[in-house]
Amino acid sequence: MRSPLSTCTNIGTGNVRRMFANPVALAYLLAVALFMLGQVLSPGFMSAAQILNVLRVASFLGIVAAGQTLVILAGGEGIDLSVGSIMSLAAVMTAHITLARDAFLLHALAAVILIGLALGAISGLGIACLRIPPLVMTLGMASVVQGLTLVYTQGQPRGRSAPLLNKIVVEPWFLGIPGILIIWLLLAIAVSVLLERTSYGRRLYAVGSNRVAAALSGVNVQRTVVTAYALSGMFAALAGYLFVGYTTTVFLDIGGDYVLRSVAAVVVGGTSLAGGIGTYAGSVAGSVVLTVLDAILTTLRMGAAGREVVHGIVLVLLLVAYGRQRKLRQ
Amino acid sequence: MGSHTHTVTDSGENLHQVTGPSWRIRARRNSGLIVSLIVFTVVVVVNRVLQPNLFDRPVLRSNLTTFLPLVLASVGQTMVVLTGAIDLSIGGIVTLVNVATVALFGAMSGRTGMGAILLPVIVGVATGVAAGAVNGALVAYLRLQPLIATFATNFIWMGLALYVLPTPGGSVPDGLCRVYRGYFIGVPNSAWFIVLTFLIWYLVRRRKLGRYLYAIGGSENSAYASGINVSAVRLTSYALCGLFSGLSGIALTADIASGDPLVGGPLTLSSVTAAVIGGTRLSGGEGGAAGSIVGAMILGLARNIIFFANVPPFYQDFVYGLLVIGALAIAAASGVRRRSI
Repeated sequence: MRSPLSTCTNIGTGNVRRMFANPVALAYLLAVALFMLGQVLSPGFMSAAQILNVLRVASFLGIVAAGQTLVILAGGEGIDLSVGSIMSLAAVMTAHITLARDAFLLHALAAVILIGLALGAISGLGIACLRIPPLVMTLGMASVVQGLTLVYTQGQPRGRSAPLLNKIVVEPWFLGIPGILIIWLLLAIAVSVLLERTSYGRRLYAVGSNRVAAALSGVNVQRTVVTAYALSGMFAALAGYLFVGYTTTVFLDIGGDYVLRSVAAVVVGGTSLAGGIGTYAGSVAGSVVLTVLDAILTTLRMGAAGREVVHGIVLVLLLVAYGRQRKLRQ
Repeated sequence: MGSHTHTVTDSGENLHQVTGPSWRIRARRNSGLIVSLIVFTVVVVVNRVLQPNLFDRPVLRSNLTTFLPLVLASVGQTMVVLTGAIDLSIGGIVTLVNVATVALFGAMSGRTGMGAILLPVIVGVATGVAAGAVNGALVAYLRLQPLIATFATNFIWMGLALYVLPTPGGSVPDGLCRVYRGYFIGVPNSAWFIVLTFLIWYLVRRRKLGRYLYAIGGSENSAYASGINVSAVRLTSYALCGLFSGLSGIALTADIASGDPLVGGPLTLSSVTAAVIGGTRLSGGEGGAAGSIVGAMILGLARNIIFFANVPPFYQDFVYGLLVIGALAIAAASGVRRRSI
């Protein structure tokens, strides 16, 4: 259960059926299939440049989804709807602090990471200690953070990305791979290690699958949950920071699209919204799937209306394919 | 209600609480509603202090006409939240109803009389019910996770709305707006609509359907084992949610007197917040639409208070967020403490 990915590393003929029952492997297959579909619909879609471009766009969603994965794994109807506004605040702060000067990049990074951790921790405290339902607590937090962004900018975001940040995010480091993908890869390894190789990871899965049992076994449930939300805030802030390197300029609601998309990415990656089951490897695949889907709909030059409808229908079909819950009769 | 009702609605989980005088049982079961009424009273008093003409008839009416769309959306949300599910597509449904109704008004602009108003309104509400039923079918029969399934259908409703009306515009017959802003025996019509909504909820709650909603929210498996057709009830709860979302869309159309393909978005999550502030538990089985009506009005009044307290414009969202979190904390603290972990 902890590492469904292990089954997809040894794809033998006998394992094919098991692979199809494995949502993480399925999500990766789906990502590849969508790339192929894109190639059929619009030749050139599977060129290396285009694939790298899609992955680059997916990376920001993937980083936000890292925090969302932790929070959803922690269970108790866990969800973080404040990631979008924290991402926006971090992006606006980054542009404002650096004002296009490379020398202030580290200041900005430290500031947004701390803010992200603090805001996430406050949500976590409200959820774990005051026992406010996560959905509405993080929603209230989103409103507060949006307000903070308005206060901070007085409605008019200033500044722009530092050239070095653009370079780090957009330009290739080696083999033509842009820096953001290497950062994402390192981060994915770090999160997977956190989940599968550390005692915090074990506690998180324990809390997510059964809070009472975890508490009775001596796990500090509240601290585990608060840490998950704090980390989610941090990842959202980090995504906002890096996103500025991609967009160069900022606007007030720059992270708005990432709220529910990050939840969808986690679910498409096979993580159960009930908590306790799932991996970050799945969320990575989920982020890629959602982004490829967007890219296909964009290359088809479909109008905004048609794109939204198709997006919704495809999501429903994805869920029908493998997001179904158990029957009541057991 | 007799003791039999308690055993059904409480789904056995807190049977031990059904002891003592009946008023205590009732107070315990409605603790969420009672607390939200207290918060409501405080909010009204604060608002009255900051805005001395709050109880003047035109001010009262204009407040209620602004609150009504959220009130209706929250009641709809409550129908599904009681069963432990959620509808994140309410904003999309409201938007779709808004643009569909406005488009029909435009198509029938040459005609006069009641039909020219009633037909688009009926089609609009029916659109809401149909959209709700689709959500319900996905959740009940295809067994998709409610949160993410309705998130997906929200794209569909929003996309359809964009297709029907790509840019804001259109007009609404005067008759509809006049009814919406009018009075009946001295009381604003919007207040009557809220009373009517409460009565509908009261009827639903008293009937079998109401008990089934609570039973499924309390424990889906027990409800199934007791012979309740869980899937059918879920479908009905989503269709009811669609009905109230449809009515919310009509109210919004009459309020803003035009069509807008992005208008409903904020209603989705506000409706969840209103339900929780009103004492409904997101895990289901506890609460009710009466509380959600109160919760929606608390959210509206909070906006008023911020405005009349002369909070600087850029600080308004921040203060509003803090007020919402405060209200949520109070609602959470007043919940029955069943589990200590």
